Amino acid sequence: MIPDDRRYSREHEWVRADGSIGTIGITSFAADELGDIVFVELPEVGRKLKQFAAFGVVESVKAVSDLFAPISGEVTEVNDALNANPELLNTDPFGAGWIAKVSLTDPAEADQLLDAAAYQELTAG
Amino acid sequence: MTDAPAALRQTPLHDVHVELGARMVPFAGFEMPVQYTSILEEHRTVRSAVGLFDLSHMGEVHAGGPEALAFVRYAVVSDPGALEPGQAQYSMLCTNEGGIIDDLILYRAEDGYLIVCNASNREAVVAHLHALQARGDFDATIEDRSDRTALLAPQGPRAAELLAVLTDLDLAGLGNYRSIRGQVAGVDCLVARTGYTGEDGFELFCDMRRAVGLWRALMGAGASLGLQPCGLGSRDTLRLEAGMPLYGNELDLTVNPYEANLGRVVKMEKGEFVGRAALGAVQQAGPRRKLVGLVMRDNAIARHGYPVQIDGREVGMVTSGSLSPTLDERIAMAYVPVEEAGAGREVAVVVRERPYRAEQVKLPFYRRPKPGEG
Repeated sequence: MIPDDRRYSREHEWVRADGSIGTIGITSFAADELGDIVFVELPEVGRKLKQFAAFGVVESVKAVSDLFAPISGEVTEVNDALNANPELLNTDPFGAGWIAKVSLTDPAEADQLLDAAAYQELTAG
Repeated sequence: MTDAPAALRQTPLHDVHVELGARMVPFAGFEMPVQYTSILEEHRTVRSAVGLFDLSHMGEVHAGGPEALAFVRYAVVSDPGALEPGQAQYSMLCTNEGGIIDDLILYRAEDGYLIVCNASNREAVVAHLHALQARGDFDATIEDRSDRTALLAPQGPRAAELLAVLTDLDLAGLGNYRSIRGQVAGVDCLVARTGYTGEDGFELFCDMRRAVGLWRALMGAGASLGLQPCGLGSRDTLRLEAGMPLYGNELDLTVNPYEANLGRVVKMEKGEFVGRAALGAVQQAGPRRKLVGLVMRDNAIARHGYPVQIDGREVGMVTSGSLSPTLDERIAMAYVPVEEAGAGREVAVVVRERPYRAEQVKLPFYRRPKPGEG
């Protein structure tokens, strides 16, 4: 089930906006493709993310993958639980596996992203 | 979606893997299962119960004829003259310069010797052996039997229990690195107590036309023992924990056995063999670099190709690395200059351009408990 309270990038990241704060993460599709996730390199608080630019890394047993910011903003909080439990990205990528919160620079950037239905279609193929 | 090139080969079990939901990837020219459920789960199943691997892509070459022993003794670095009937040994083929062409397992069969080599090197091994044989110094034959041979490997502490259900062979009497011919689930097999996981286990060689039936019998009998099919992903994490080298990572033509901690495999005293002079020189002078184990002490995973630094100088390279599911540590193997090698000594591994601390440790990282232990 792809939650419809958020927007999606073609790189399989999501952002859920609550006012001027956006929570970002990766989708279940990305997590399933990666397989067992064993390491997440979180961005530092204060880092300025640019939409669609790489900002961190997620590692599965066999491979290293870049994370791409779905939206621009300054990192205000990161999910430290992912340090001890990177597998949260596999078990609950839309909830407890959130990656970072950013203070949004330009909320209108969300228009560049897909809604749940469009993302569902993208990943159905 | 992956686009499988038409050129990829398949083992006899390909459709079975797909039916089981395996994720298939190209490997050594074959389409192989990398995982069925999860690499971590499959790894843990091998350590705690029993996992089943399809290794039919590997190479099986038979050396026969009146001088098969003399020929094989000349070709490999170990001494097959020491093998009892059915006994196997780990070995290598080296070049004249002492570089490793392949690592392999050599079995003494009734009618000669069976050489089991890596799928990725099968053509090179066969070509090398044919070229040696063609010199005419030995009355021996070389036959590549890979295409008609399937190889299934049940591995784990419950592997013997699993096999006992399907065979009348005396498994308790079959020691480590011993093999015997017989029937498993009604299929004629060479049953070998060998493996690449660090656990007890068996490798079953059979005619490729019987592979599916044998697989299904093992899966059926294994259901009540917690058997899972396991792919190449877990095969790699298991062998890494067990400190076993992988050709292409730890071993290649630029590596000699002494650098890779495999000097004990080389038997100089047996007489002349390919690479003897070059290897003798290395043995005398000592290798200049050494393969060591690493455990990351900072927060990063070391992987193949990452530079190794000591005091800010690049001195070597990580050959393999991943998370160890059993130890819950980030482990790796790397070559360092011999004067820098030593358990407890610190190095740095460069990950995404930053150095992270690692500690050298003795290999293997994991040893299976002996009977009676924990």
